[in-house]
Amino acid sequence: MKAGSDATMMLRTPFHARVAAACELNDWGTWKGYTTPRAYTDMELEYFAIRSTAGVFDLSPMNKYRITGPDAQACLNRMVTRDVSRIGVGRVGYTVWCNDAGQVMDDGTLFHLGENDYRLCAFARAIDWLHWCALGFDVSIVDESDEVAALAVQGPTSCATLLAMGLEGLEQLKPFGLTHFSFEGETLMVSRTGFTGDLGYELWIAPRQAELLWDRLFAAGEPYLIKPFGSDALDLARIEAGFLQAGVDFVPAESAVRSGRSRSPFELGLAWLVSMDKPVFNGRRALQREQAQGSRYRFALLDVDGNKPAHHSFILSRGGKVGTVTSAAWCPTAKSNVAFAQLEMPHGAVGEELVAEIYYQRELQWTRVLAPCRVIGSPVFNPPRRRAVPPGAF
Amino acid sequence: MTERHDVIVVGAGHNGLVCASYLARAGRKVLVVEAGDSPGGAAATREFAPGYSVSGCAQWVYQLHPGVSRDLELERHGLQWAARDLASVLLDSRGCHLTLSGALIESDQLSGDDREAWRAFHDRTGRYARLLARVFESRPPKLVESNLADRLTLLRLGLGLKLLGRDDMSDLMRIVLTNMYDLMEEYFDSPQLKAVLSFDSVLGARMGPRTPGTVFGYLYRRLGENFGYNGVAQVKGGMGALGQAMAASARVRGVELRLGCRVSSIDSVDGRAAGVTLASGEQLRAALVVSSADPVTTFKGLVGFRHMETGMARRVSQVRCEGIAARLHLALDGLPRFTGLDGARLGQRLVIAPDMNYLERAFNAVKYREYSPHPALDISIPTVNDPAGAPAGCHVLSAIVQFAPYGPPGGWDGPSAVAGLSHREHFTALVLDKIAEYAPGIKEQVVASQLLTPVDLERDYGMTGGHWHHLELSLDQVMMMRPFPGATQYASGLDGLYLCGAGAHPGGGVMGLAGKNAAREILRRGAAA
Repeated sequence: MKAGSDATMMLRTPFHARVAAACELNDWGTWKGYTTPRAYTDMELEYFAIRSTAGVFDLSPMNKYRITGPDAQACLNRMVTRDVSRIGVGRVGYTVWCNDAGQVMDDGTLFHLGENDYRLCAFARAIDWLHWCALGFDVSIVDESDEVAALAVQGPTSCATLLAMGLEGLEQLKPFGLTHFSFEGETLMVSRTGFTGDLGYELWIAPRQAELLWDRLFAAGEPYLIKPFGSDALDLARIEAGFLQAGVDFVPAESAVRSGRSRSPFELGLAWLVSMDKPVFNGRRALQREQAQGSRYRFALLDVDGNKPAHHSFILSRGGKVGTVTSAAWCPTAKSNVAFAQLEMPHGAVGEELVAEIYYQRELQWTRVLAPCRVIGSPVFNPPRRRAVPPGAF
Repeated sequence: MTERHDVIVVGAGHNGLVCASYLARAGRKVLVVEAGDSPGGAAATREFAPGYSVSGCAQWVYQLHPGVSRDLELERHGLQWAARDLASVLLDSRGCHLTLSGALIESDQLSGDDREAWRAFHDRTGRYARLLARVFESRPPKLVESNLADRLTLLRLGLGLKLLGRDDMSDLMRIVLTNMYDLMEEYFDSPQLKAVLSFDSVLGARMGPRTPGTVFGYLYRRLGENFGYNGVAQVKGGMGALGQAMAASARVRGVELRLGCRVSSIDSVDGRAAGVTLASGEQLRAALVVSSADPVTTFKGLVGFRHMETGMARRVSQVRCEGIAARLHLALDGLPRFTGLDGARLGQRLVIAPDMNYLERAFNAVKYREYSPHPALDISIPTVNDPAGAPAGCHVLSAIVQFAPYGPPGGWDGPSAVAGLSHREHFTALVLDKIAEYAPGIKEQVVASQLLTPVDLERDYGMTGGHWHHLELSLDQVMMMRPFPGATQYASGLDGLYLCGAGAHPGGGVMGLAGKNAAREILRRGAAA
């Protein structure tokens, strides 16, 4: 980095030159020490690109760890709550991992690249924990966060765009599948994954070909109305799709300072990720105990009346506080006012009627509304195209 | 693969046997599986040269709990004492020795002030040790869970503190975390008195007199007074006879003892310990497994890190268990002559540690994986009190030698700085030189010698790091933090697996309380264990 007026301590992703050129608003946020756009031009237009055409998100700052060696599968299977042996080669699995107290440390995606060869993408830095987890296992762990650049291409025209870019046969890739292409002397890995709940892909490539990939992608995507999007639009899309965000919807257990602030997978509505039939995995003992004794909290998706997002609201039942909202948004496509809430047990059963205490401000005047809301059983946005193979032309 | 036993105890060390006996007495069917050919673990007698035998690892008894002796009827099962209430003689090369016999001091050089200060110090620390002894006789309380029994234990501890009186209580709080060096400077002038007390505070510990927490080490050493020991004691036939008596007692109570069977793994089914697999491949099943092996052997070696959760594997990988004490056994063709020491006193405990700085310097070496050029020694000549250990007219001198690292660069058999000598030979020569300063002529009497470094102790007695307390007895590894937070009250991170060895509260020394407390805890939990 040259000394000068634009000198910054922030790290730049391999796409930075392209991202900076597109970021008209200069609305930069930080992500794991990297400077990344909150929005490029207009948050809502970016969101609608995700839902109506194709949006591109630079996810290079994501922590990526490569776990290989004879015990790679066994080691990961002991670390995460899911049964890793059921994630086949060429498949990707979403999972969480816990500490010994059965509290969620983080969530992430596990890419099964080959026999005993995995890549773990994690929200939080995990190299130390991975090394602790490796005690007693014959594995090698490499932090390849800086060696892999990544773009998410999300939205109905994402497949058409990538086909136009020359990724032949991509339409046959199933959700949570991954495949490889050659791209200008490098291997381009493509997985049908994303954080938007829509049809979408993630592209993984060596940093030296990052800019070229961006250029080819945008050239191919022009007729499909491709558009880069920032973290604000992503946040809206993921709330609409019902995805939890580590650090927002739960406190990573090992960074929680106050006792009782972390959550178990059961308390986050992630019981489906927990394979209690595995003989040993981190948190199993505590989770067994929780199953026997009952959880403290329940994660609930709320459909809130009105159009005021229930940001940070208290959730009331018969006038008493029974929980708080961790994420909330008016979701434009589903046309629903959605909130994620942490409710004290026994609250949160599907269909329960509650009240969100919402505060909002219009031109310096604060207003309080008590908005009725109800617990819903599934996310408000879940289109068939997300799962269709081939996804169909849009 | 049938379940013929309720409990399998791994290791027939003294704590394993004590635990097994208590469980059997309560009606449990207990099997003890031991890798070695004789019971007792570190309480063992070994023939180290033809006709010469010695307590190979532990050499003195000074803490064996009287309740354990009584309940196991050890004397009825063959335990005999060669000598009890032995004095500690701090050797002086010119013959002006200081003898400490319980509360009594014999010395030509001690001032009146020192004698007075000693009385006050001895009384006061005796009261503290009494409090400690009470805490050690029950399971350690958990701090966070609101369990009535634990609250009572804490209450008793608090009450005990309170009952010490205001002055004693505040004094104990003041000194318990401090170092022995400063405390000695505060009380005494005599370098010899300061040295002999400091030596006790660092015995078996990776600490010098200036290390914080050594006052606790001293108080720990003083526990024995509450268990009926006014100084160290020597077992007739060597420590192995104690192991044999414990084994005999266990057998009478119905414990099945299998010697020469090495456990290769502790097995679990559905997250619960279910039995063991022997090196022969034989699998044994039981509802509970109790390990008297050290925590690292138990969790890392036998359970296996991959079969436990990460947080626990991490704890185990971080406990401090590197031993720093070596054992030197000398076969002598006659009684050694120590300058200024009459024959009657040769049967006492002889200490070489001239002053506190000497001790501190001896400790310095081990910080850098070196052995002390001028080591400190705790010497016994067991054949004075028990002539059977050597051919007629011959003697055995056996010493605890501090400090010796677990692994000097290149290993103990690697070359030392002295041409032609391995580290082992060099250190043996240094220790002999040191003894010869006090007993000129001893080198000519040596028929055979054996140096057991921490590596040898680890191999021969199955103690990771060769640490005779299994885990360093420091304030961060005692009570509810022993062996490590999260595995306390003898339970472990694996349901159905309990610890009963020195790595569990209240720790090492041949005391037997870890075994007894573990058995009590298992019985208390009943079906929930």
